[in-house]
Amino acid sequence: MKPAPFDYVAPQTIEEACERLSEAGGGATLLAGGQSLMPLLALRLSQPFILIDINRIAALKGISRLEGGTRIGPIVRQNAIIADSTLAGDLPVLVTATRHVGHHQTRNRGTIGGSIALGEPAAELPATAVALGASVEARSTRGTRRIAAADLYLGPYATALEPDELMTDIHFPDWPADTIPLFHEVAMRPGDFALLGLTGAAVVADGRISRIGLAWFGMGPTPMRARQVEAALIAQPIAKLDWRGVAELAIADTAPLDDQHATAEYRRTVARRVFESTVRAALAAGREP
Amino acid sequence: MSEHGIQLTINGRPHAATVEGRLTLSDFLRIKAGYTGVHVGCEHGVCGACTVIVDGQAVRSCLMLAVQADGASITTVEGLAADDGTLHPVQQALRDEHALQCGFCTPGVVMTLAALTSGAGKPSARTLLEALSGHVCRCTGYQGIRRAALKLAGESQGPAE
Repeated sequence: MKPAPFDYVAPQTIEEACERLSEAGGGATLLAGGQSLMPLLALRLSQPFILIDINRIAALKGISRLEGGTRIGPIVRQNAIIADSTLAGDLPVLVTATRHVGHHQTRNRGTIGGSIALGEPAAELPATAVALGASVEARSTRGTRRIAAADLYLGPYATALEPDELMTDIHFPDWPADTIPLFHEVAMRPGDFALLGLTGAAVVADGRISRIGLAWFGMGPTPMRARQVEAALIAQPIAKLDWRGVAELAIADTAPLDDQHATAEYRRTVARRVFESTVRAALAAGREP
Repeated sequence: MSEHGIQLTINGRPHAATVEGRLTLSDFLRIKAGYTGVHVGCEHGVCGACTVIVDGQAVRSCLMLAVQADGASITTVEGLAADDGTLHPVQQALRDEHALQCGFCTPGVVMTLAALTSGAGKPSARTLLEALSGHVCRCTGYQGIRRAALKLAGESQGPAE
């Protein structure tokens, strides 16, 4: 057996899971889809005393429409998000981003909450949650709080979730029906970790951008919200934009690193082109009457 | 270290066992249940050789714990051919297209294609080819596997990129 020994528990309720987390005092790890955790266990990079399997908690499942948004249970499988006809209409960029997560076989197990809670800097779903203005609910025996996705990521694999907290829902605010989805990923091969990518959405009214959310993945230690370019684009007439200058602003909030796949400078160069080809093309197409 | 009683169905037969929490489904299927058609390659979710069908869906059995399969219905490659030896359509397509050489990755490939082609309606070639990206084959150069997938989709040519 490759993983180090651990105690395994599979609570049926959120309350029971929170009690287990509290008792463990930081020695427990939550198991959702396991598509990132199981390799870490097999390599013994993760050696929890207690593994708390949350897959049998019915309250963590389901996709539902709420007033002003959509609630997605954290253990909803990634392939269930791709197959959901409501999400295809309401949050198309979330569906597109999810198609880029891992492979078909890992998406059958992998969950949206697992990916958002892991905080892999090059992952699609954390950045998409940040770009679309999502938030998560965190529950513990101490209470319940809501954390904006924009405040969730502190560093690579480090989130604002405390060791005794369980993510119990993910809330995406509504975007209007004519929202333009913006997504582009650069990877060596489909299914590989992304070299970098851009994700988000924009709303155009009367030739001007009325609402926009954009975030990079693989361009820094966390998902990087492109705040400066959002501020520069809002309310501007699209036809008169200086795209070269805007592309420069688009990477102003990033902090890419050198690694074995690419230098930081290469990532910035590619990101400028990704921004221009993705956002410019989509907005140009979207503003046609 | 905890031990757990599990009951599950493998290839239509009921099984009951007591397993340690850390036992992976792949090791359980091979060592405890004897289904050595489940091939274990990388053991951390990269190669796809250990793919089995759990409750109708292709998953990597090295990325699941045996205890998580309590109550599940599992199909391994041993469960596909008919009792008289007639191959499953996926197996036949791979054979017809010379889609294997050493055969190590083949059970995983078979289970992914079987899961996707077992439902109502024919999956597109694009769907099957994208799913095949979850498998590593070091012998064939993939062309035979690709042809088999196209045949299963009923398409003579792959999707335009």
